[in-house]
Amino acid sequence: MLQETGRKYLRSGVLPHMWCSGCGIGIMMGALLRSFEELEYKNKDIVVVTGIGCTGKLDDYVTTNALHGTHGRALAFATGIKAFKPDLKVVVLMGDGDCVTIGGNHFIHAARRNIDLTAIVVNNFNFGMTGGQASGTTSGGKITSTTLYGNPENDIDISALACVAGANYVARITPYHGWELKQYIKEGLMKKGFSLIEMISPCPTNYGKYNKMENPLQMLRWLKEKGVSSEDYARLGESEKDEYFVIGKLCDRDIPDFNTRYEEIRVRALSS
Amino acid sequence: MKQEVRLIQGNEAIAEGAIYAGSRFYAGYPITPSSEIMSECAKIMPKVGGIFIQMEDEIGSIAAVVGAALAGAKAFTATSGPGFSLMQENLGVAIAGEVPCVVVDVQRCGPSSGAATKPGQADVMQIRWGRHGDQSIIALCPSTVAECFLLTIQAFNFAEKFRTPVILATDEVVAHERQNFAIPAPGDIPVVNRKPPTVSPEKYRPFDAEEDGIAPLAVYGSEYVFHISSSMSGPDGVTNSKPDNIQWKVDQLNRKFEIHRNEIVLTKSYDTDDMDVLLIAYGATTGASRAAALEARKNGIKAGVLQLVTIWPFPDKEVEMLAKRVKSVMVVEMNYAGQVAGEVQKVIGSHVELKRFNKYNGQNISPRDILAAL
Repeated sequence: MLQETGRKYLRSGVLPHMWCSGCGIGIMMGALLRSFEELEYKNKDIVVVTGIGCTGKLDDYVTTNALHGTHGRALAFATGIKAFKPDLKVVVLMGDGDCVTIGGNHFIHAARRNIDLTAIVVNNFNFGMTGGQASGTTSGGKITSTTLYGNPENDIDISALACVAGANYVARITPYHGWELKQYIKEGLMKKGFSLIEMISPCPTNYGKYNKMENPLQMLRWLKEKGVSSEDYARLGESEKDEYFVIGKLCDRDIPDFNTRYEEIRVRALSS
Repeated sequence: MKQEVRLIQGNEAIAEGAIYAGSRFYAGYPITPSSEIMSECAKIMPKVGGIFIQMEDEIGSIAAVVGAALAGAKAFTATSGPGFSLMQENLGVAIAGEVPCVVVDVQRCGPSSGAATKPGQADVMQIRWGRHGDQSIIALCPSTVAECFLLTIQAFNFAEKFRTPVILATDEVVAHERQNFAIPAPGDIPVVNRKPPTVSPEKYRPFDAEEDGIAPLAVYGSEYVFHISSSMSGPDGVTNSKPDNIQWKVDQLNRKFEIHRNEIVLTKSYDTDDMDVLLIAYGATTGASRAAALEARKNGIKAGVLQLVTIWPFPDKEVEMLAKRVKSVMVVEMNYAGQVAGEVQKVIGSHVELKRFNKYNGQNISPRDILAAL
């Protein structure tokens, strides 16, 4: 069988892309476009919604419908699209700044509302576009351009937040794990209800530079080593846990999504 | 067909007007004194095949409205000062993306949280200039329950025709006053829908304006695949920050309002034929100004009233034409700075005496207030 390339979803003449060497966003884009092809989605049925930041540039590379919105609000724009036209495949691409720093409120409520969106979050622990500032996912003690002597704040676990807020599907992976990445994106796309795929991503240009991992390969190896299964994670000592993260499927359920429940509301409204 | 006359509130009339205009999507967040619009939509939308969604904040509300509009809905939201402030950034997306939608701003008194249940008219400049960057917008100002209904339809018609967000700027007085009103039969009031693309899907670009300055807008999910961006973008909707493109884009966003200015600017005049004094009013101050003008005539002062139905683009020609014929002009408004008076001053210069009647204590302006100032 020929390998799907996803090329028909990629605008012509846009390569090379704008992301730095060693960044994971291009790998995520490849996995996403191949997922579209494997699922035989038509361009006209897809809407890619982005916010602002490195990941927010992705809409310029695709041939599907797209809406490039504002910083942190991509999920809210996408909610309007999906609520009004449930047949569309609406994919929301965000960075950790978009998703849980400026846009945390929309994230919690999109998951709670369980609206049938597929959100992919590229979590590289900092604001890449604006020069490597701390974000809501920068761990305590880590160095960024705005936490030069160590971060005095704690980080948010994006996937755990999505699970407790009510998402139907949550998975965490890295660009090192290319096959699983695509698999999780496909499962997310097929899942009815809110799905979140969190990709822990290398940012050698900024986060790596400040935290002794300037070499892209070094960062990728770090992701390979620190991303472990939930079983392996459970076996770690408490002091080690801060340095590791769980990869894999974290939540998978089938609670009725917003549009399904809204249909029930319509029936009730008409008979009242 | 004879329609049933009902005693309804301004806010209810707005919700009814939106449904009449074909709106089938409301996203909002509760805020006084606009909440009845939301409650009405919660009741009606599910019955007419529409979507009502209560968002997590006003930022999300306007974002959802923009998303739904691109998916083909006539979409709207309603709010008041604090919520309207929160909406500004995403209203900018609607302007840059030329996305048709309607935002109702029921103005209340004071800066910040102010006095939630009391009227004000101090958002006039925020409506025009609240967003960063070069942009223009349309704003309409109803003064009665009937106008709440009719101007809501007008707001949707302008939004669809000119591919723009339209602000319906009411105030707490107009929002909560109750008057008799018969909702017109379907078809009695014209309803406008957006111009769809006529080129083949391969050739379609979402910002290719036609001679009238307006680019046809497709909907997500149709054969026309398209890209809308908040970033500076070209006719194809894809990021483009070249100087020529930026200039073209900013021109397109502003020029359409200049081309269609005379169709957009709506005013009403009362007793202006033989007047010596011109009262200029909008929204809630219109009724009081008309009553004051009639009373003034009994006392030998020939007063007339110009009601600004459209406040943005500003009715400069209409103001100038009437101001030329009088000795003095008085602008009646519920704000401290004289936000409309300042615009009037720009138009009339120093040729005519300009009086400002401003009340900003959270109380409506009465005819007696105006008479005393005349």
